Amino acid sequence: MRTVVTLLRKDLLLELRALETVPAMILFSVVTFVIFHFALNRATIDGQLAAGVLTATLLFASMLAINRLFVAEREQGGFDGFLLAPVERNALLVAKSAALYMFLAVLELIAVPAFGVLLLGPSLGPALLGLIGVLALADAALAVVGTLVSAIAVHTRAREVIGPVVGLPLLIPALIATARAAGPLLAARTSGTPPGKWMAFLGLYDLVFALLAYAVFDFLLED
Amino acid sequence: MIGLAFALVFFYAPLDADQGFIQKIFYLHVPLAIVSLCGFVFGGALAIGHLRSGERKWDMRSYVAIHLALIFGIAGLVTGSIWAKASWGHWWVWSDPTLVSFLIVLLLFATYQPLRFSIEDPERQARYASVFAIVAGAFVPLNFIAVRAAQEYVHPRVLTLTGGNLPGPMRLTFLVSVLAIALLYLTFWKYEMAAKSARGQLRALRRTLLGDDAVRPLGRSAAPS
Repeated sequence: MRTVVTLLRKDLLLELRALETVPAMILFSVVTFVIFHFALNRATIDGQLAAGVLTATLLFASMLAINRLFVAEREQGGFDGFLLAPVERNALLVAKSAALYMFLAVLELIAVPAFGVLLLGPSLGPALLGLIGVLALADAALAVVGTLVSAIAVHTRAREVIGPVVGLPLLIPALIATARAAGPLLAARTSGTPPGKWMAFLGLYDLVFALLAYAVFDFLLED
Repeated sequence: MIGLAFALVFFYAPLDADQGFIQKIFYLHVPLAIVSLCGFVFGGALAIGHLRSGERKWDMRSYVAIHLALIFGIAGLVTGSIWAKASWGHWWVWSDPTLVSFLIVLLLFATYQPLRFSIEDPERQARYASVFAIVAGAFVPLNFIAVRAAQEYVHPRVLTLTGGNLPGPMRLTFLVSVLAIALLYLTFWKYEMAAKSARGQLRALRRTLLGDDAVRPLGRSAAPS
């Protein structure tokens, strides 16, 4: 547990000082909203369309972080240092997923209100609580699968390509569930509660991939 | 077995009342798809064997299983598309969950070879490919749940728990077809394994007989050696 906290602190400190991932993700998201505005030729959107635009934007923005997640470890020999230390290896998985989760949370803190101002027709207020719930589960999926894919991709030659190409199909079920769960929330007249079926599926997806990642992550570090 | 299946398909199974002859592609398409999905999961199971034992032959088995399943899957997708054109009038129907989830699975497994190809160290290649195969193998059922839940059902449901809605001769033909394609898959798998291990042994033999220089080094490849 202490290892996890140490690793996580290192990652957050690095991000705070260098500011190279999260600001890029935020900019990317806002630019994507602008692109969607022109591509759809709509001033405001709502319902399923809004949920789709938001989910797809967050998904692609998360790809930026996933690509960068292990780059510092690889370039500066952090992997060797970590392997030499007498600690549980899965601590790296937990710490990196937690870091990615926080990056995504910060991104959404800014991107979701921006989405509300720029594109969303109905007001964000009544949907907010439900939306936070949906995004909390969706971020867990992105963080776990993203960490796993990033750990695979970082040792390949074409890592910027392999990451998204492997990660996106793996995340399609999570994307479906997130978009479907958020759809009714962003409709003009919303009850404020996301559909239980899709929340349950997101939870199941998180659970399955968390267990899988925990089981196989060891083999990605062996050297 | 394949011959028997085809004979049954052409001479025994009755023509479908409203789809006619084109319905017979169903005896090829559905078994291909089922076998290819089972092949993906099979590849994942073999990959567990690799990670557990650390022996290269398990990686080879997993590789061949996924490689063949990919080929079967593409064949299944093409035949399915032809059938969809004939029976629904479109080459591609988004409202059909089975078709869509199959495409997603195929897209995922299509990255298996590029992933292997871009890792140079053979040890690492084998290990990473196994991790991918396990994760992707577990992804297959999960994906089907998601896509199925997202859409209403239009695929004719053949294998239900209650025994399906196929009349007797058609069901027999269908089951024989599934069995035939599965056996075809296994035969291919065995052949490929035999060919790969024979090639490996031949190279080892030549190296000992003629010296290290006589054997050209293998180029970088996605296949395990």
